Amino acid sequence: MRLFSLIALNWLLLLGLGTTPAYAQLTVLTCEPEWASLVAELGGAQISVSSATHARQDPHHIEARPSLLAQARRADLVVCSGAELEAGWLPLLQRESGNPAIQVGTPGYFAAAAFVTLLDQAHPGQLLAGHVHAAGNPHLHLNPHNLVPIARALSQRLQQLDPPQAAFYREKGHDFLARWQTAITKWEAQAAPLRGKSVVVQHGSLTYLLRWLGLQVVADLEPIPGVEPSLNHLASLAQRLPPGSAKAILRTPYQSARPAEWLASRSQIPARVLPYSVGGNPEARDLFGLFDSSLKLLLAP
Amino acid sequence: MSRLSYVARLPQGAPPSAQNASQRLANLALRSIMASCLCITPVHAAGATISPEVSFTLQASYADKAGGERHISGFLPEGHAHGCDPKKLCLDHSEFMLAANLTPTLRASSSVIFVDAENAGEVEELWLQQVGILPGVSLKAGRFMSELGYANSQHPHAWDFIGSRLMPTVLSGGHLIHDGVQLKWLAPTERFVEISAELAKQSANRPKAWSLGAHLGDDLGTSHAWRAGVTYLDAKPRNRTGHVDDENEIEAQTTFTGTSKTWVADVLWKWAPDGNAKERHLKLQAEYFRRTQNGQLTCEDNRAEGGACVGTPSAFRTRQTGGYAQAVYQFMPRWRIGARYDRLDSGTLDFDSTVLPIELAAYKPSQRSIMVDFSPSEMSNLRLQYHRDTSMQGSPDKQWLLQYVHSFGAHGAHRF
Repeated sequence: MRLFSLIALNWLLLLGLGTTPAYAQLTVLTCEPEWASLVAELGGAQISVSSATHARQDPHHIEARPSLLAQARRADLVVCSGAELEAGWLPLLQRESGNPAIQVGTPGYFAAAAFVTLLDQAHPGQLLAGHVHAAGNPHLHLNPHNLVPIARALSQRLQQLDPPQAAFYREKGHDFLARWQTAITKWEAQAAPLRGKSVVVQHGSLTYLLRWLGLQVVADLEPIPGVEPSLNHLASLAQRLPPGSAKAILRTPYQSARPAEWLASRSQIPARVLPYSVGGNPEARDLFGLFDSSLKLLLAP
Repeated sequence: MSRLSYVARLPQGAPPSAQNASQRLANLALRSIMASCLCITPVHAAGATISPEVSFTLQASYADKAGGERHISGFLPEGHAHGCDPKKLCLDHSEFMLAANLTPTLRASSSVIFVDAENAGEVEELWLQQVGILPGVSLKAGRFMSELGYANSQHPHAWDFIGSRLMPTVLSGGHLIHDGVQLKWLAPTERFVEISAELAKQSANRPKAWSLGAHLGDDLGTSHAWRAGVTYLDAKPRNRTGHVDDENEIEAQTTFTGTSKTWVADVLWKWAPDGNAKERHLKLQAEYFRRTQNGQLTCEDNRAEGGACVGTPSAFRTRQTGGYAQAVYQFMPRWRIGARYDRLDSGTLDFDSTVLPIELAAYKPSQRSIMVDFSPSEMSNLRLQYHRDTSMQGSPDKQWLLQYVHSFGAHGAHRF
């Protein structure tokens, strides 16, 4: 019995340690595709990155599928939005992976929310209606200014986890931030005509984008956050919103088309699908394409 | 605070028979975890903040079914099953949970369930888990739900149907819970490969046991995911008690000592269009077991009550099989329908009926269920189920069941 357990232990050690040879590139798993795009910008070919979800999946409602567990098991770093967005599946993914390197509180877990100020934070003692994140709105990647401190912190994290390549990551980081600042200036000039315009939304998924651009939210298809749009609520919105009272009814690729289309047909306000994340439409191939495409769709007459 | 401490005291109300040493120890440990978490929230330890997750799951049900004791014909009862009285509101399996990450890799978790029939609480889980003692290896110690098959490690509020399946009822009285240790290893491979091993000590009516399991899983395209595996459980029951009717139809207590070897195969397949389960999804799940028992069965002397048992042990051998298959389909947001079919086969029952004059004859118990449920919000679920129960020979029953589940607080994520 003792001999058997020694052999088993050796076997486990061999299999376990044999997977992370010193020369390998970093393996990064991100919760959402926007962070996979950022990691690719910051790490280039030194990093093998994959995203646990794609833009047509609701990041609140993901299951810790076996394939995701297998990916988390082999990851050196997990990059997520944080702020409870992934509360329904990430803790399970971390725990069930058996991978000590990616647990909360270790350098192998990076939560973007820790580096920016979140919108719509709950007041202490506030009674939370529906699906409200007490920590604040977690869809924080849609304000490009937020990406600046996040990219800086993430670049430092890559340098910390992979010291031999630190200079490479530093250079990639500087390069990305320079291109990003130029892009922000361009986007803000493009989007100037949107300031003060009204839109209808579904959930707070686009809040950061809309506040950045100065757009006004006049109605939400969800009666309370996280509760599916009901016919009653939609009917009352149709009454309240005469044609021309809002520029568009906006939704993300992961939300059902039906509520927005129904309201659009009643109110004569056009329904539009913004990409929400990288991969949300063919034009949103990377973070730059995500904002290019979002602005184009918002500016369309 | 007052409500929480009330819950913490509940286990003391358990009947003395259930208050064996290990349970008293578990109660004590649970109360101390609760007390420490309630007094100092959050706790600062080694520079990190510990935020305990506290949740309460209310599970209220109502059953329109026949009264009286029901049992599964052709099988010796195992463990103890909780049940609700017919035509009465029942809070069975309502649950209080408390968990916290003590360090990045060390987690403590506990849950107390309400056992309505006895008006008491019972410590269902109380464990510490260390993630990554070796790469990919997690160690759990304490009282935990066994990973036997698929559904056994789910809390009852996560079940898709009201009431237990026949298979776990005959294998473990509803839920196989171990006092012991569990090792799980996830292989560093593309495909999900998980090996688990468990070791449990004898406690209450639960036998000493060990088990070994292997599971595989993967995606098929962007819309399909699956998981399948086998588990082997080897238990050594010593004086495990059960209750059956004897040939005079007088209740008799049985005691079994011997070995029980069980193979369980489980398969799970889920479909969600484009991987987005919010709108529509389908979940198929099936488990199958084969168990052999070999040992000595005694039917305690009940002649004083007019029974036929004399208390002499007899060799007792069984080879039995069974399982279930179920499908649940969400056809629009918030609405799901489901169907389940349970079937057992009493198989080989080998004992001397002159020494053991008990009612244990060949039978194939089955049960068919259909359900529809509606989730007003992410935290609540209202379920209606029709159930045709033919698990008791000669007394089929048609049942209507209604259940409402509501979770409050930081509710942990459910497993795949």
